Amino acid sequence: MNTVIFRTIAPMIVSTVLVFSLYICLRGHNEPGGGFIGGLIAASAIAILGMATSAAKARRALHVDPLAIAGFGVLMAALSGLLSIFNGNPFLTSIWLYLDIGGSTVPLSTPLIFDLGVYCVVFGTIASIALALEGDDTEEL
Amino acid sequence: MVPNIDASIALVAIAPFVAAALAPLLHRFTKPLAGWVLALVPAAIFVFLLGLIEPVLATGAISARIGWVPAYGLDLSFYVDGLSLTFALTISGIGALIVVYSGAYLAGHPHLGRFLAFLLAFMGAMLGLVLADNMLALFMFWELTAVTSFLLIGFDAVRAAARRGAIQALVITNIGGMALLAGVILVQQLTGEWELSGLSALEGGLQNHGLYGLVLGCFLVAAFTKSAQFPLHFWLPNAMEAPTPVSAFLHSATMVQAGVYLLARTTPWLGDTVAWTTILVGFGSVTLIWGALGALKQTDLKQMLAQSTIASLGLLVLLIGLGTETAIAGMVIYFVAHALYKAGLFMVVGAIDHEAGTRDITALGGLAGKMPVTFAAAALAGLGMFGLPPTIAFFAKEEMYLYLLSPDWQALTVLAVLIAGNALLAAVGALVVLKPFLGPATATPKSAHEAPLGLLAGPVILGIAGVAAALWLDGFGMIVLEPAATAILGEPFESHLTWLLNLASPVIWLSVFTWLLAVLAYRQAGQIRTLLRRFDTALGWTADTKFDAVMFGLIRFAGAVTRLLHHGRLEVYLVTVFSMLALALVVPLFGLGAIAALWPTAELGNWGAKLAWPDMQLHEWGVIVLALAGLGAVVAAPNRLYSILAVGIQGTAVALIFLIFGAPDLAFTQLMVEILSVVILALVMTRLNLDERDHRPFEDWARDGTLALVCGAGVSLLLMVVLSGTLDTRLSDFFIATSVPIAHGANIVNVILVDYRGFDTLGEISVLMAAGIAILVLVRSSRKGRLLSPSTPPPAPVRGWVSLASAEPVPSKREVPAAKAGPVKATKAARPKPAATAKAAKAGPAKAPKPTATRRKRTTP
Repeated sequence: MNTVIFRTIAPMIVSTVLVFSLYICLRGHNEPGGGFIGGLIAASAIAILGMATSAAKARRALHVDPLAIAGFGVLMAALSGLLSIFNGNPFLTSIWLYLDIGGSTVPLSTPLIFDLGVYCVVFGTIASIALALEGDDTEEL
Repeated sequence: MVPNIDASIALVAIAPFVAAALAPLLHRFTKPLAGWVLALVPAAIFVFLLGLIEPVLATGAISARIGWVPAYGLDLSFYVDGLSLTFALTISGIGALIVVYSGAYLAGHPHLGRFLAFLLAFMGAMLGLVLADNMLALFMFWELTAVTSFLLIGFDAVRAAARRGAIQALVITNIGGMALLAGVILVQQLTGEWELSGLSALEGGLQNHGLYGLVLGCFLVAAFTKSAQFPLHFWLPNAMEAPTPVSAFLHSATMVQAGVYLLARTTPWLGDTVAWTTILVGFGSVTLIWGALGALKQTDLKQMLAQSTIASLGLLVLLIGLGTETAIAGMVIYFVAHALYKAGLFMVVGAIDHEAGTRDITALGGLAGKMPVTFAAAALAGLGMFGLPPTIAFFAKEEMYLYLLSPDWQALTVLAVLIAGNALLAAVGALVVLKPFLGPATATPKSAHEAPLGLLAGPVILGIAGVAAALWLDGFGMIVLEPAATAILGEPFESHLTWLLNLASPVIWLSVFTWLLAVLAYRQAGQIRTLLRRFDTALGWTADTKFDAVMFGLIRFAGAVTRLLHHGRLEVYLVTVFSMLALALVVPLFGLGAIAALWPTAELGNWGAKLAWPDMQLHEWGVIVLALAGLGAVVAAPNRLYSILAVGIQGTAVALIFLIFGAPDLAFTQLMVEILSVVILALVMTRLNLDERDHRPFEDWARDGTLALVCGAGVSLLLMVVLSGTLDTRLSDFFIATSVPIAHGANIVNVILVDYRGFDTLGEISVLMAAGIAILVLVRSSRKGRLLSPSTPPPAPVRGWVSLASAEPVPSKREVPAAKAGPVKATKAARPKPAATAKAAKAGPAKAPKPTATRRKRTTP
């Protein structure tokens, strides 16, 4: 598993897969994809990084504790739902905003924030489990 | 016309809670005056309630309601009639005095603020209880009194006796609380009425209903536990572990009177039947005599009063049971009189304890000279307990004895019980009042001197109130007795209280006879006490010790159940879960005939000839071959790691099927889940040092295989049955039609997840996060165990015994592997299970130790 080849190309795989996961997440509203699957893909990238280097290094590369990312995701999803309350609508009613930037229209919406929250939860939870299992005994969790 | 005072009546029940919340803070600023300041709240309530007397006298009752749960038609309704007003006035009036008293009694106590908070909250619960009209609100306040009294009784929580008393009171009264809830719901189901006022107005009551016995049983259990009726009386003396102000409040006018209130309140629609009269009079009589004798048995002043409270409660229940006009009148007067004198006496006893340092009647004497005001207050209360003329208690006795005016043998028996009970109680009163104050002065632990104003205000005012009520007899009759008795009896009642003593009536001579008996009992108190104690020793057990036995039995039973169900053997859990799944699948399929949808029907004719190979393309066949290959690999895998990988193959095939049938999102997710589960399972195998090989003996293997086959076949058949029906496409049509226009998304699956069913998703991600935390804790605890004891690794689980939290060293036969393994990571150790030792022994040879290092090489060299 821990061959030179694997270790050399792992960072490339990881960065590509992470970008891909974001792409999958963002396009989810109209094409196959979404926050859940995007989060799974990103988590598998971190799992690969942990295998190729070490869990500790993977953690350092993340900067933030993966479980904190997951917690942030839940918060983000919940807060995105709260926005509609200011409109006088029930919790989680979607709000859409079409921005015109240089001729192209960029649709922004609360479901997008919600989906990003889902992405963070799935990514954070699965990555923290994978890293906990990959890490060795001496490492602080 | 009913005056609209909704908010203010609700405020009566709510204000004490607000005051309770502020009490600790207030205590910090007003330290020595906290009691006086906080007493303003109950005093204000008292004054407000006084203002309600007039409208209640004018209209009979005031009701008020606030919306509570409109969806169920529930209102937080209050109802003030003579009965609840009498109780509420007593509670708030005595409450105000008790708060003042507490401030002085616990002066300087670091937790006085907290104590006052509990006390005020308790008072709020009690006021809510007597004012509530809605029975669910009544139940809520009923339970609140139990909880707050638990806090009060266990206030001195460092003492084991206080904790025990508190728990005992909570357990016993909560049994009643549950019975009350059952009764309330039952009554609502029978009558459709949540409100007490509605029930009182019910034509014919519930007495002739088929379930009357059950309803009566529920309400009686509630009342008897709360009001400490024999044989559930034992919690009350133990509740004396509370500071004296608590006892003075709980056992005079509040907590224990809640049961009496409930009985009085339910009289119109439950009372006046043979069962009601027999049970109430029977239990009341036994409790009266038992409590009175118990009081004589004690030498501790507080315990004497506690036992006499039991007797008084018995007396009240007995009178409610009789239910005649004079008995109810006697009950109402006695309730007020008892509340006044018993609260006063408790406070006096607290003052004696506070100033003299002891409560033992044999160690006290001659305090009258040192504490003259206290003695005066005690004497006023004592006159009440003795039932002498210048107090209102005298008239209570007179009313009770009027029952004689319908003589037959039952009436005479009850009369005898009443006379004996009253005489014994009077003797106890005399003992409590006279012994500590008269006679030769004795040395006390503290040199006694007059109690401070805060301790004296309560008993003096209550003593004067007892006399004043008697002196203003007409007013008392009109304001208190008539409305309350009318509310209980359900028909107009006219007070006939008078100071004109008719010496020709036998009633007055019965009173005199009672006093004579009391004096006799007072003089022979020592002998009676010795006799009773000898009887107790001969008996050898009390209800109190039985309570302990029951509680220990309960704990042992709970332990046994826990060990039976929560045994920690993962494989048994899994077998249980999958057996249940198999049952849930197979029973509806075959038992309920759902499988019939799959059988060929008659119109199909010779269906065998119509069978043909499905028209599939090459890649579709390929996927099926892949799935079958995965299946074969799982079964044939030489060890568990291969099995996990093989399951991954299987899952990939399923993902491909999803893809082919037009569910790319599902396929995508399935594929990722498969990959990640294979990775994580493989990591779990190595991290937790699970045995790679499968050591199951044949019978386990056969059992698991059968379960797997049944569950798999069951799920497949179920899916086929479901698919054989017509698909309801309303939902998918709706989503297809609205996805783009209203949700602005073309991927319906994702739009459902993040928009239509966003709330579900929010719940799911929260669960996912919680599960992640749980898994981390498990991994961490298994690792901590290894970090703490590197030389004694936890035993490797055998045959699926995953003991993740194996921090405790398990004594087991451990085989240390050969030196080549280097630093021993984990040794194989057979952990014999109690139930499966034979199996483990059988599988012994297969469990040869295997150096873990070799295995770990696969993932991390």
